[in-house]
Amino acid sequence: MALAIELTGITKRFPGVVANDDINLEVAEGEIHAICGENGAGKSTLMKILYGMQPPDSGTIKIGGEVVELHSPAQAIDLGIGMVHQHFMLADQLTVLENVILGAEPMRSFGRIDFDAGREHLDEVGQAYGLDINADDLVETLEIGERQRVEIIKVLYRGAKILILDEPTAVLVPQEVDELFRNIRELKASGATILFIDHKLDEVLEIADTITVLRQGRTVGTVKPTDVTAHDLAEMMIGSELPVPDAGASTVTEEVALAVDGLRVIGEGDRAVVDGVSLSVHRGEIVGIAGVEGNGQAELVNAIIGLDDPDAGTITLLGREITHFSVRSRREMGLGYVPQDRHRDGLLLGFTLWENSALGHQTEAPYSRGPWLSRTGMRDRASRIKADFDVRTPNIEVSAHALSGGNQQKLIVGREMVAGPAVLIANHPTRGIDVGAQAAVWDDIREARAQGLATLLVSADLEELIGLSDTIVVMLRGRLVASLDPNEITPRDLGAYMTGAALETDVA
Amino acid sequence: MTGRLSHRLMLASAAPVAAVVIAVVLSSIVLLISGSNPLAAYADMVQHASKLETQVDILNRATPLYLSGVAAAIGFRMNLFNIGVEGQYLLAFIVSAHLGAQVELPAVFHIAFILVVAMAVGGAFSGAAGVLKVTRGVNEVISTIMLNAVVISGLAAWWIVEWQAGGEISATGGRVGTEPIAESGLLPNINSWLEVFTREIELGKKLTGMLVVAVAVGVVYHVILNRTVFGFDLRSSGANPTASHVGGVSPKRMVVIAMTLSGAVAGLVGMTELMNTGYYPSNPISLLGFTGIAVALLGRNHPAGVAVAALVFAFLDVSSGILQISGAASREIVEIMKGVIILTAVIAYEVVRRIREREEAAAAAAAMAASPAAAS
Ligand SMILES: Nc1ncnc2c1ncn2[C@@H]1O[C@H](COP(=O)(O)OP(=O)(O)OP(=O)(O)O)[C@@H](O)[C@H]1O
Ligand SMILES: [Mg+2]
Repeated sequence: MALAIELTGITKRFPGVVANDDINLEVAEGEIHAICGENGAGKSTLMKILYGMQPPDSGTIKIGGEVVELHSPAQAIDLGIGMVHQHFMLADQLTVLENVILGAEPMRSFGRIDFDAGREHLDEVGQAYGLDINADDLVETLEIGERQRVEIIKVLYRGAKILILDEPTAVLVPQEVDELFRNIRELKASGATILFIDHKLDEVLEIADTITVLRQGRTVGTVKPTDVTAHDLAEMMIGSELPVPDAGASTVTEEVALAVDGLRVIGEGDRAVVDGVSLSVHRGEIVGIAGVEGNGQAELVNAIIGLDDPDAGTITLLGREITHFSVRSRREMGLGYVPQDRHRDGLLLGFTLWENSALGHQTEAPYSRGPWLSRTGMRDRASRIKADFDVRTPNIEVSAHALSGGNQQKLIVGREMVAGPAVLIANHPTRGIDVGAQAAVWDDIREARAQGLATLLVSADLEELIGLSDTIVVMLRGRLVASLDPNEITPRDLGAYMTGAALETDVA
Repeated sequence: MTGRLSHRLMLASAAPVAAVVIAVVLSSIVLLISGSNPLAAYADMVQHASKLETQVDILNRATPLYLSGVAAAIGFRMNLFNIGVEGQYLLAFIVSAHLGAQVELPAVFHIAFILVVAMAVGGAFSGAAGVLKVTRGVNEVISTIMLNAVVISGLAAWWIVEWQAGGEISATGGRVGTEPIAESGLLPNINSWLEVFTREIELGKKLTGMLVVAVAVGVVYHVILNRTVFGFDLRSSGANPTASHVGGVSPKRMVVIAMTLSGAVAGLVGMTELMNTGYYPSNPISLLGFTGIAVALLGRNHPAGVAVAALVFAFLDVSSGILQISGAASREIVEIMKGVIILTAVIAYEVVRRIREREEAAAAAAAMAASPAAAS
């Protein structure tokens, strides 16, 4: 079979780390090739090199049998390579169409953009691959799954024959993953070659034709999914077994830590995006919220954190009504938050790790004393987070930018956990974290639960929801439509509740 | 260890030094083309600047430039482009000149009163642009440009007539400016501070007491920005408003505060002149607000960097006078030099950043080779 891509001896160093160390990779034409490996193994770096975003220090790249030197993504695009990044790169303020044609605008005379031609081409691409999207929506208003579709269309629009998808499933719920995989298979059928990165091993086994595992910048091996199990893969990646989340004995107390009562948030077009939601989380309890993206979970969380003002209802934290409190006063009361989008809401990318480890807690000891920052306090905490949460980095003086995606996530989770919150809002807390580190995060949350932490868990990972939660509530179109016992539900059934399919029988 | 430190210092200063060197080379070419002898021109400039009196001039010029640069830098830190420093300082200048002449107070209080009025006026005027931004979504570039116009061709022009000394146009028909402030309201010069180190300052030159205020502003700016929770809030909100908001910092509040602080510092820009002459003249010192933006850019919003940038610009400004007198070159050459310095500085900063990154990577690789176990 002809090789679409052949990488030989690729090496890439960053200050303090060798991200890629003499990596060899062969990808056959028309196959779906998965890249696995723990956080910081060098997956994204290798893909960025292939996409011309970063030059390798040494090594050669062959595309379709020809040796190429890539100096920019534009060159890679010309060679038919397209990439969807781990962290989306869309302009929020532009429409889908504008985002898609950005940088590849069809022109009319006198330098005017031909939007009609762009729209037509976009529709063609969308139909050809069964990707459904409204060209005139503002990207800002799209759900994560839709944004991802825009990213993929953007790449296909430019005629990509080789597609790189960096952790495309991290934020998708199972139904969305199924749809994505359907799309990927269609792409493959039409002759495209697909490279994709994923931490969820069963997904990898389901879709990939070939799997390459990286570890600490080196290739550990290339295998066929038919020859290995998820356990084998996990062992290749991290040298240990696959962990399963497990809540253990209940530690739920009588004491309500967080209570939401009759909460309403009105969104665009006067529609209630959160519609009369009431729930309570006790000390020592983990309440999981299940739901397909866009059913009001984000708005509910924003109201609890204090980013949005609810239109009706009350929020009570540790016995005090905080419905209209500022974000800061809620945080000082002991509200911890792991946001869903780490780049947008969780990090100061250009700041050092120790500065990032204080973000959101800068008014509290040991990060500050009165109005004065305590640099030693911040550095001590950062070192502790680095050690306890296994943040892989040469030192805490580097900027957050230099961490791999999963390590950035570990930094955020660590930051919120070491601050000792009374209530934690965890929005996709293990998004992008490798299987080994994921188990560590679950352990940390469980341990804190035993100490009395009340957690509201929002996650697209149904196993995580079922495994960690003491109670699961399902959110659909802004309402809580079901309350389930995680001991008695399977991911499959939960999925049915999330789409509303299980409700017709249940509610009646 | 000391070797590494000096190497790092060298890298840090490489960009501005390179910028100046390239600016000198390019200016020489321009001078040659225009038929002047660059060496003669530079010799004149350097020789002139080596005189104590010229140095006083440079410091007097650098003082308001620095304040203006810091005002712009505060905005930049919050991703705000305060183009309105010009209008803010002129408004603060005229209002504090007028009010300062209306009161009688003991010296310390009189001076403090004038400075506080200037900062309050500058801050309020600039803060208004901040409020417009957060409540109405008006871009601060637009609003501050318009507010500049309101001051320059509106309020200042009107009040200079209204508050004219003696209430009317002087006998010669020219405007004379506002009522003079009593001696107690003027900041004494600090010639003696400099004379300790050298000789007596001649030619009636006076080193402005505002220099002390400017240095204090620089120190306070540095301390607040880097050592306080508020400074952290400001920097984080400027770097990533959404993450900072999640972290408890209201971006709207920060915009208003940053604009207000920027304007308050801008209000001090005109004080160098007021504290010296005691009134707002018919032709006050102008364009310092716009130059301040360039000074902040060259100094990378860093308190010490802005100081160096202000000194470089002041030196060039003061040199333009001597070039004209000596006839060695046209005085406009300094404007060309300023422009070239800014452009090359921006490029040089980027080049140095890349060199530093590459060096660090190389060092890391060397360390790795020595101990392969450290790979994670
Ligand atoms: N721009 C950068 N500057 C410095 N170091 C970097 C940079 N980008 C990546 N690194 C380092 O290179 C290593 C590999 O990072 P990479 O992003 O490729 O990991 P990854 O395999 O994609 O991990 P994850 O699963 O967490 O996304 C990490 O140790 C990271 O800290
Ligand atoms: Mg990655």
